[in-house]
Amino acid sequence: MESVILQIAARHMRPLLVILSLVVLYRGHNEPGGGFIGGLMLGAGYILYAMAFGVQKTQKTIPISPLVLTGIGLLLALASGLPALLAGHIFMTGEWITLFAGTGFDLKLGTPLLFDLGVYFTVAGMLMLVMFSIMEE
Amino acid sequence: MNIGLLLIALLVLATFAPFTRKYLGNAAGWVFALIPFAGFAWFLSLLPEINDGQVFTQRFAWLPAYGIDFSFYIDGLSVLFSLLVLGIGTFILIYAGYYMKTYPMKGRFMGYMILFMASMLGVVVAGNLITIFVFWELTSISSYLLIGYNHEKPEARGAALQALLITGFGGLALLGGFVLMGIPYGNYELSTLFSDPDLIRSSDLYLPALILVLIGAFTKSAQFPFHFWLPGAMAAPSPVSAYLHSATMVKAGVFLLARLNPVLGETELWHYLLSIFGVTTMFVGAWLSITQTDLKRILAYTTVSALGTLVLLIGTGTEYAMNAAIIFLLVHALYKGTLFMMAGNIEKKTGTRDITKLGGLFKYMPFAAVVMAMALVSMAGIPPMLGFIGKELIYEAKVNAPDAHWFILIAGFLTNVILVFLSLRLAIDVFWGKEPAYEKKPVEPALPLIIGPFFLVLISFVLGLFPKTMANPLTSQAIMAISPGMAAIKLKLWHGFNLVLWLSALTVAMGLLIFKHRLKFIAFAEKINLRFFGSEFSKIFFKLIDKFLYLTKEQTKAIQHGYHRYYLMTVFVVASVLVWIQIWNADPVILELNFRDMPLNLVAVVALIITATISAVVSHSRVVALIAMGVIGFGITIIFIAYSGVDLAITMILVETLMIILAMAVLYHLPKYVKYSDTGARMRDALVAVLVGTFMMVLVLQAGTTVVEAPISEYFKEVSYTEAFGRNIVNVILVDFRALDTLGEITVIAIAALGIFSMIKLTQRNKI
Repeated sequence: MESVILQIAARHMRPLLVILSLVVLYRGHNEPGGGFIGGLMLGAGYILYAMAFGVQKTQKTIPISPLVLTGIGLLLALASGLPALLAGHIFMTGEWITLFAGTGFDLKLGTPLLFDLGVYFTVAGMLMLVMFSIMEE
Repeated sequence: MNIGLLLIALLVLATFAPFTRKYLGNAAGWVFALIPFAGFAWFLSLLPEINDGQVFTQRFAWLPAYGIDFSFYIDGLSVLFSLLVLGIGTFILIYAGYYMKTYPMKGRFMGYMILFMASMLGVVVAGNLITIFVFWELTSISSYLLIGYNHEKPEARGAALQALLITGFGGLALLGGFVLMGIPYGNYELSTLFSDPDLIRSSDLYLPALILVLIGAFTKSAQFPFHFWLPGAMAAPSPVSAYLHSATMVKAGVFLLARLNPVLGETELWHYLLSIFGVTTMFVGAWLSITQTDLKRILAYTTVSALGTLVLLIGTGTEYAMNAAIIFLLVHALYKGTLFMMAGNIEKKTGTRDITKLGGLFKYMPFAAVVMAMALVSMAGIPPMLGFIGKELIYEAKVNAPDAHWFILIAGFLTNVILVFLSLRLAIDVFWGKEPAYEKKPVEPALPLIIGPFFLVLISFVLGLFPKTMANPLTSQAIMAISPGMAAIKLKLWHGFNLVLWLSALTVAMGLLIFKHRLKFIAFAEKINLRFFGSEFSKIFFKLIDKFLYLTKEQTKAIQHGYHRYYLMTVFVVASVLVWIQIWNADPVILELNFRDMPLNLVAVVALIITATISAVVSHSRVVALIAMGVIGFGITIIFIAYSGVDLAITMILVETLMIILAMAVLYHLPKYVKYSDTGARMRDALVAVLVGTFMMVLVLQAGTTVVEAPISEYFKEVSYTEAFGRNIVNVILVDFRALDTLGEITVIAIAALGIFSMIKLTQRNKI
């Protein structure tokens, strides 16, 4: 099943979805969004691509396999709990730092963001893992 | 240096041993042995302070709310045991480094050995019952790994499993006993227990706690009727038998009894239970060793017997008995470690452990023969080895036993006669006597193989010669630690002509006599064994396990039938029936539903959802049903948006979309839609569906009106920005307030994905 329309759409939609998913991930802290939704979007982008071009071709364009991505996600989520331990707080306490403070471009970074990144990768990885396996059959 | 550091050093060494073994080559044993040796020296340096009556304690908070701490309690008993564990461990590592050189995965073997060393050390220095338990279980696990080391052999795997099941069962009982013991005190610290032992002894919990602790100790120390796992454990390589299954691990049970004697002991029950089990094990172990021909199995049964003797002595509880227990413990560890290492050496050099196929080895390995003979002299209890002093004390204790001392004395006498007989047999039939045709000319064992046995025998010899200056300082505090108020007896090699000495002389004479007529005696023993021990304990054990496995298989077949639709039905019916019962019994709630305020557009959406639901149910096409389900999902999304649940709405849209894609991908593989179920089944399904649907409805309506406490969402709304710097409450809850839950959830997601992945990939591979 090859559809030119779908292929062209998928080729252009994928980067857009990836960027959108990152935006959703970052703004999740203050506005609707977050790692789970972002991860679903990221996964959806690649699944769309796989529907248009087939699973094998898609996997060639991804630097890491969905399996590894899932693992990385879990590790990131787990690692986000460690800074709190180092600071002497309870495991998974949110720790924050502000970069460029006072310049007007304050960038607040905290372990919850890292945790959300972990959720993002895990969800996207598992989605691709499951969908690719089923679609490949 | 402190004990925590030493344990960590050993654990680190255990972790890295498998990787570093290949770089160190055959020197690995010597290098690895440095750490236990340093530990040995450290404990030796503690001895003067210990002998002044000092106790070293250290405590790290672990779960303070439950009285569970990671704490250490080092007294005379700990020091004696630690010296044994680390001292013998040093030699064992040297020995194993060389002994295992032809085996595969020797690095891993060394790692297991060191892991065991750390766990055993942990047991003897722990100061909290729960800490003891943790290390106790670790010794069982490392023992399992070591017995099953030759895992290609089914009998090694069987023996490993048997040992693990029995000691694991005992461990579970022990945990129960420990928990019960902790209840009256409110914590599990040994020091608390020692400060007021009557609290547990007078409590109702004493009996159950005692029985559970004894099950733990008896299984570990191979007491009758749990003794059979120990001979089975001889499937392990010789270093393991020498270290775990004679000198140290099997003594853990005895250690525990000695450790808890000041708390649980000194009662009638303690006294009788320990004496009965101890005396039975002592005699049965010795008796069963007569008909064995495998060197290691003979030694294993005599170990069982020795463990019985130790339990009996602790149970007897007199001053003599306590002294005898500690001295004999030391004696036994020294000679039995030697004998097992020598058994390994003999097997290495001749290719067999069967004593009927051995003989005349003195010619080929005179030095080894002397070392082994000295250990056997100690086992037989003949001067000037420390074994003599040990045996004299044991006789003294038995003669003075408060109850049934005739019975105990006769059983003990017969046991010692058998030990003398076995010592003679092992010495003469192996090193002298008729020489069989060896395939290869046996030679003296190499230095790493003989250094351990030599030093252990030498220590036994020196301690025997200078008991007052050498053996007394080593053991007196241990004796006082396990039996408060009792003194250590001044040890002497020569007691003068008394009853005990005559008993010893008679023992040796009888042993010699039996040895002279050994063929007749062994035949006699075999006849009796056939009559009374027709079936071996270990076979009965495996039969029981098989029965149990059969039972679980049948049970699993009944519950796990493999039909997805019935699993779902079970879950749905059970959940909804339970909730319906609850709803029925609860106070009626008056539902105040106000449909008038509902905006018209939402009414339209709801109507759409209902229509879609009906068409999904009645449709005969899967695609139509799927699209209808999609309509339901998006309809609900609109409702979410209407009530400003934007996050939920976005998630819902994405999930719905992906679900449809997923379903499409699966549908593609399904056969054409056919009506398989008959009307009856469909009616049943409809009933289940109605049951579930209505219960969900009632539940949701009730949840909206029942307010038990102020909802936590108010609190989250307040602190979301001030404490977590986020304005999106949903997300803040997910990634900050309830991050641990989310971590659990994404782990589940990842595991589910792995499951689906492997399921699909594996079936694909099977097709090819």
